[in-house]
Amino acid sequence: MCLGIPGQVIEIQDPVRKLGLVDIGGVRRITNLMCVVDEDHPIESCVGAWVLVHVGFAMSRIDPDEAQRTLDLLREMGDLQSELQTIEGKGTS
Amino acid sequence: MRFVSEFRDPATGKKVLQQIEQQLRQLGHDASHPLKIMEVCGGHTHTIFKFGLEGMLPPSIELVHGPGCPVCVLPVGRLDDAIAIASQPDVIFTTFGDTLRVPGSQKSLLQCKAEGADIRTVYSPTDALSLARQHPQKKVVFFGIGFETTAPATALTLLQAREEAVSNFSVFCNHITIIPTLEAILADPSLRIDGFLGPGHVTMVIGLEPYTFVCDVHKKPFVISGFEPLDVLQSLVMLLEQFRQGRCFVENQYKRLVQPQGNRVAQQAMQTVFEAREHFEWRGLGSIPHSGLRLREAFSAFDAEKHFAIPAQQVADPKACQCGDVLKGAIKPWQCKVFGTACTPETPIGACMVSSEGACAAYYNYGRLSTSRKLEATR
Ligand code: SF4
Repeated sequence: MCLGIPGQVIEIQDPVRKLGLVDIGGVRRITNLMCVVDEDHPIESCVGAWVLVHVGFAMSRIDPDEAQRTLDLLREMGDLQSELQTIEGKGTS
Repeated sequence: MRFVSEFRDPATGKKVLQQIEQQLRQLGHDASHPLKIMEVCGGHTHTIFKFGLEGMLPPSIELVHGPGCPVCVLPVGRLDDAIAIASQPDVIFTTFGDTLRVPGSQKSLLQCKAEGADIRTVYSPTDALSLARQHPQKKVVFFGIGFETTAPATALTLLQAREEAVSNFSVFCNHITIIPTLEAILADPSLRIDGFLGPGHVTMVIGLEPYTFVCDVHKKPFVISGFEPLDVLQSLVMLLEQFRQGRCFVENQYKRLVQPQGNRVAQQAMQTVFEAREHFEWRGLGSIPHSGLRLREAFSAFDAEKHFAIPAQQVADPKACQCGDVLKGAIKPWQCKVFGTACTPETPIGACMVSSEGACAAYYNYGRLSTSRKLEATR
């Protein structure tokens, strides 16, 4: 029940009630976009955006740049680890 | 799926695990005195078991599974109340699927449904509101449960119901909040926890600021974590780095989703609709002050507790049940006397066995039992 799932907004269906069609892993569902809309992010700007959907509501926009930064950090961590192992003489390369 | 599969890459995971091992060595932790990290949220418990992280981590770190599964902590008495509402004539009782099997004192909602009550599983509170519009002659009740992740959805649905003046819709409100829960855990002197993995999705709603007391007052590092395995591992690295630096602060690993200030729309909706109860009873943990939410007076027309006669009894947990100790992280699920014998997902005694986010069900379903026992034996 607590699992939120990433989805992509396909189209706006009701701009007044802030409802949009969201593709969640291939399943399309009408989703309430109220929590991801404000002055800086009008409803039209939602189309194409990735959001976290939880019990029928988009609760947050997913920031692709931040996602990339997290992945880069993780990979760097991995690279650093290989290097340290080489220094410690445990590495294969 | 985008934003999911990238965070499950096993090769990267392996390297991050090596880093964790090295950090733990540097910190001087070993199997005889492991570093204890509590994951507060049931979503993390689920990830940890589903991907077998517990078995991959060195024995010098121990993950303590916290109370953050709202289905698990629903007390027997509230379930009896839900069943009492669902059993009344002309009621359509709507609920998320995972509450169906939670045992009440006499029966579960599932048994109540088998006996003829109109109980329907919904995905969203808005589905419950739609049912109310479709069946004006029925009374549609939504079983509102969950932390601040789910509470805004209930609040926004109630605002919608009020705007449309839907008069046959009400909510049986059992929403709970994370901060009083953390306060209760931290106030328990018997508990030794070194740091926390913070609940990513609750934080996307409430923001980072409410957790500062964990660091300022209790001196425990707190890292808000995403729910994929690489998120959890990276958060552990961040926690370990704080220990290494001798520092302690609220850090955010889940930046792709969590804004420092949280979600204002969701916060405002909750503020408008709910207020804190003086006390709320938790399964296994007893009463925790200000941990539960109820509808404000202005929404009493939508409050199921005001419309239906409910027993509202405090019912003691079953004797055999050690859910409280599991929820506090005092024992591992398999140390409960009835684990896997009298208590299984098919015949749950305690609620931790019912929900897939419950620690007992996670141990049971993902067969980590043997790994955990082996680990325990090395300690
Ligand atoms: S095994 Fe069953 S009774 Fe024991 S703690 Fe787990 S859920 Fe509760």
